[in-house]
Amino acid sequence: MADLIAKSPCDGLLPVTVGGMKLTEEHPGQMWSIAPFKGQQKALDEALQAAHGMGLPSVNRATGKAGNRALWFGRDMILLIGPEPDRRLADHAALTDQSDAWAVVKLEGERGEDVLARLVPVDLRPQVFKRGHTLRTELKHMMASITRIGAQSFQIMVFRSMARTLVHDLKTAMEAVAARG
Amino acid sequence: MRRPGVGLNQGAKPVTFSFNGRHMMGLEGDTLAAALLANDVHLVGRSFKYHRPRGILTAGSEEPNALVTIGTGGQQDPNVRATQQELYEGLEARSQNCWPSVERDVMALNDLAAPFLGAGFYYKTFMWPAPLWEKLYEPLIRRAAGLGALSGEPDPDRYEKAYAFCDVLVIGAGPAGLMAALTAGRAGADVILAEEDSRMGGRLLAEREEVGGRPGHVWAAEVLAELEAMDNVRLMPRTAVTGAYDHGTYGALERVSHHLPRTHSLKDSHRPRECFWRIVAKHAVLAAGAIERPVAFRNNDRPGIMMAGAVRAYLNRWGVAPGERVTIFANNDQAHRTARDLHDAGVHVAAVIDSRHDAPDGGPFQVIRGAQVCDSAGRQRLESITLRSVRGEEKIQTDCLAMSGGWNPSVHLTCHLNARPVWNREALAFVPSPGAVPGLVAAGACNGTFSTAGALREGAEAATSVLEALGLRPPASDLPDAEDDPYRIAALWAVPGKGRAWLDFQNDVTVKDVRQAAGENFRSVEHMKRYTTQGMATDQGKNSNVAALAVLADVTGRTIAETGTTTFRPPFVPVSIGAMGGGAAGQGFKPQRFLTSHAENEARRAHQLEVGLWYRAAYFPQPGETNWRQSCDREAAMVRKTVGICDVSTLGKIDVQGADAGKFLDFLYTNTMSTLKPGKVRYGLMLREDGFVMDDGTCARLDDHHFLVTTTTAAAGEVMAHMEFVSQVLRPDWDVRFVSVTEQWAQFAVAGPKSRALLNGLLEEEVTGETWPFMGCGAATVQGVRGRLFRISFSGEHAYELAVPARYGESLYRLLLNRAEALEGGPYGMEALNVLRIEKGLITHAEINGTVTAGDLGLQGMMSSKKDFIGKAMAGREGLLADDRMQLVGLKPAGAAKEITAGAHLFAPGDPVERVYDLGHVTSAAFSPALGHPIGLGFLKEGRSRIGETVRMVDHMRGADTLCEVVSPVFYDPEGERARG
Repeated sequence: MADLIAKSPCDGLLPVTVGGMKLTEEHPGQMWSIAPFKGQQKALDEALQAAHGMGLPSVNRATGKAGNRALWFGRDMILLIGPEPDRRLADHAALTDQSDAWAVVKLEGERGEDVLARLVPVDLRPQVFKRGHTLRTELKHMMASITRIGAQSFQIMVFRSMARTLVHDLKTAMEAVAARG
Repeated sequence: MRRPGVGLNQGAKPVTFSFNGRHMMGLEGDTLAAALLANDVHLVGRSFKYHRPRGILTAGSEEPNALVTIGTGGQQDPNVRATQQELYEGLEARSQNCWPSVERDVMALNDLAAPFLGAGFYYKTFMWPAPLWEKLYEPLIRRAAGLGALSGEPDPDRYEKAYAFCDVLVIGAGPAGLMAALTAGRAGADVILAEEDSRMGGRLLAEREEVGGRPGHVWAAEVLAELEAMDNVRLMPRTAVTGAYDHGTYGALERVSHHLPRTHSLKDSHRPRECFWRIVAKHAVLAAGAIERPVAFRNNDRPGIMMAGAVRAYLNRWGVAPGERVTIFANNDQAHRTARDLHDAGVHVAAVIDSRHDAPDGGPFQVIRGAQVCDSAGRQRLESITLRSVRGEEKIQTDCLAMSGGWNPSVHLTCHLNARPVWNREALAFVPSPGAVPGLVAAGACNGTFSTAGALREGAEAATSVLEALGLRPPASDLPDAEDDPYRIAALWAVPGKGRAWLDFQNDVTVKDVRQAAGENFRSVEHMKRYTTQGMATDQGKNSNVAALAVLADVTGRTIAETGTTTFRPPFVPVSIGAMGGGAAGQGFKPQRFLTSHAENEARRAHQLEVGLWYRAAYFPQPGETNWRQSCDREAAMVRKTVGICDVSTLGKIDVQGADAGKFLDFLYTNTMSTLKPGKVRYGLMLREDGFVMDDGTCARLDDHHFLVTTTTAAAGEVMAHMEFVSQVLRPDWDVRFVSVTEQWAQFAVAGPKSRALLNGLLEEEVTGETWPFMGCGAATVQGVRGRLFRISFSGEHAYELAVPARYGESLYRLLLNRAEALEGGPYGMEALNVLRIEKGLITHAEINGTVTAGDLGLQGMMSSKKDFIGKAMAGREGLLADDRMQLVGLKPAGAAKEITAGAHLFAPGDPVERVYDLGHVTSAAFSPALGHPIGLGFLKEGRSRIGETVRMVDHMRGADTLCEVVSPVFYDPEGERARG
């Protein structure tokens, strides 16, 4: 019997390039939500540092780097992106596999902020939303996670099932920005 | 007509356009109004009520008269202000509210009936007989009165909305705004400069006074060049700030492509027509300028009678003289500049008529002091005016009257958070009350400072105060020299005399109407407004509010300050609904959620059903099947006979962990979950705080401190929010963590007698009655992929739900279908799923609609008496326990008629079919292939004690009338042997 075939959330939808801006799908490996149990923040911070070489991100911040990153992901929750979490973390937090739950895309280009300004009601100016800053907010009508991963690049995540709408909304905004010349 | 050598548009390219089918030439940079005046077109439209001929009054967004329609079909834009619309090649504009043409308008007959059409006319006349209002009067009035109309077709253009953030938002790019932006920009603040005009500069473009020793427009261009070069400054022309809201948020409408031929805003060019901005600014400088106000005198609404400042704008900016023999009528010094500029441009100035006895004299034109214009004549364009002075009345031949009653500061935005403006007696104007909008400072003419030097100074000062608040060092002062004339004015609102003197041009409200309102005791300014409709048209009375309340003050013997203004509300200029919607149409209307099985279902030509945001397969037509019932019946029978596959991933899945997870779930569910053994699943019921059922679902224990809660598709979000509330607010002391995993897992029902056969051989684990007993769960491996297998059933059959990480969903779905088809099974959709669960009497949100209790459902046994749970106390209320409540029952046809319909009501067979005899209603209905007849679920008063009785089901909507036997809600396999076996 044939193996089960894995399909990424944005399969067949990306990449899209419009007017010097590029939207690509990210394949970040594992994604696990990590929610510290009562009073375990500090212990989790240490365990995370020991196991994965980065601390617990504070609110609206990301730690680590590409391939090994932790995002603040909401109240008392982070998302570890890249490695499978060390099992010892389970002593301090609820670990839940979310590797397949989110569509992850990268928006790159000089006018990425203008594109997101059409969809996201939050201040993303570079002096305010710097590299390593992250947000949970809405993107048009979807709840999203947005992280600045470079001077001109954003990582954007929405629920997997909404991948098509994500690409539609981002592409529409990219076209509108490009059309203004 | 165009004056050669005059205007800022020297060397501009010619542009062809048409108005009411007549082709004309204009110049690039013209507004439609400027181009019409250049072509000697003065009659532009007809008035709202009396269909009076109307021309161009102003040169800005406040224009009440020169409204035109542009475009056709879905692109038709009514009420476009000709004074704002930029000319483009091929522009086609037409007059509105006239038939057959603007020159010969049949409805102009209304003007003859004017004595009967004054304020309050509708209220008095069309009161009786009441039924005629809707049928006759309203349609008639609506047809006769009005402005432009929409086409009624969908708008094919793109619109967008956007957000912007800055330290300083400068509203208006006249001298005050430019100076403020320059000061803030030089200091390094993040500045947005928004200007509703296509060209920045404000009055500097319309006046000839110098700034810094050079023409004002040259100084403006230099400042703009400097601002443009700054990275921290964003210039937003064609952007009208429409409203001030909480926390420094401002709404703004950007007209992105109104100045381009229509093809530029078609969907495929991706260019939006308009963009609605939400700008969040730490501080704002309001430099919105002022609007010149007309003087009310008899017949002051003829084409050719214009604002004096607008005449200067047409002359100095666009090189157009709106007349050959111009008269000026004013009560202030500034208006005299109009005469000076016209004279210098070689236009004949017939006279300057100034109501003040001490008006300045000087200049090569005649100034008549202490006189007033009291009437005008001319059919479709001004031909003469009559002036009155101590010497009596005198007629002057003139084709253009430039009038000025002074200036009204544009205080609108300062009033949007409920502040009222303050009356300044010297300036005869309402000015903003300081601090009216937190973080906003007014500067220049909108603050009642009317000289250019004053505007520049206040702009710089406003920016300096903002910079200090931001902790930025203001740059060295760099105020250019400019005109600093005092603002000399004497009150003149309405010229006394007979006849109609217009205040509100757009809604046809005259001095007489305001007097009549006061006479009928509508003395409050708010009552006067509503009684006369003054200020209620699309221009919101920008030209007329202050004069109207001045007239009201006069009639009622109060001061203007005592009379006060009506409420200024956003938006400052009309905003199209399309811009507000900002692209939330078509695919942008709401997110679409697709299952991993979607592509395969599409390939199988499944009919899709929208379930919330999800798209689910309703049924899978096979060759030869011509309606849904055939497919549905086949699929339902297939599940009962062999095996069916259905994607159930939309059901909410919530991962619950922590030392107190069991306690937490016991508190959420009516029944006990903490006693569940790992590897087991239990059906559960959740109540709202008020004791009614919120949702039902299953709870699986994966591990000691690890549970998986499932919810219905409909209530997935509600249950999650409820759990957050309980955890954060009611029991923050408990150690429990939960997160949605709905999207992580693709989950498929494998249902039917052959389900176990299907799974064996697919999974690495052997599936037996021992390894997966009924309501058992555990890890299962499919082709090396770790998944989960639950032995649960929503169909009443021997059934499983198999879950794998979503990336494998599509692949597993295809595999399951292949294996099912080998066993004479296949996919089943929502329709068959519904039939199967109705046959089993299983509930959905059709039954748990927010008004039913556990007892109503026959599930009172699930309410644990051994523990507390949410909703327990309120569920114990008398009314929720009453014996005569409606209870869930099954229904089947008992007579010749067989139809059972959801939504139908139930009655005792002998009772009249009237509300008071209503015994209940049908919630779900289906044809049961297993039983061979229609069945229904419903709520019936004391239903459980009526089993075996006959009720009459009546559905007036669908015309069904069926005698039904009341039966148990479980129609099929009441012992549940098929699911357990």
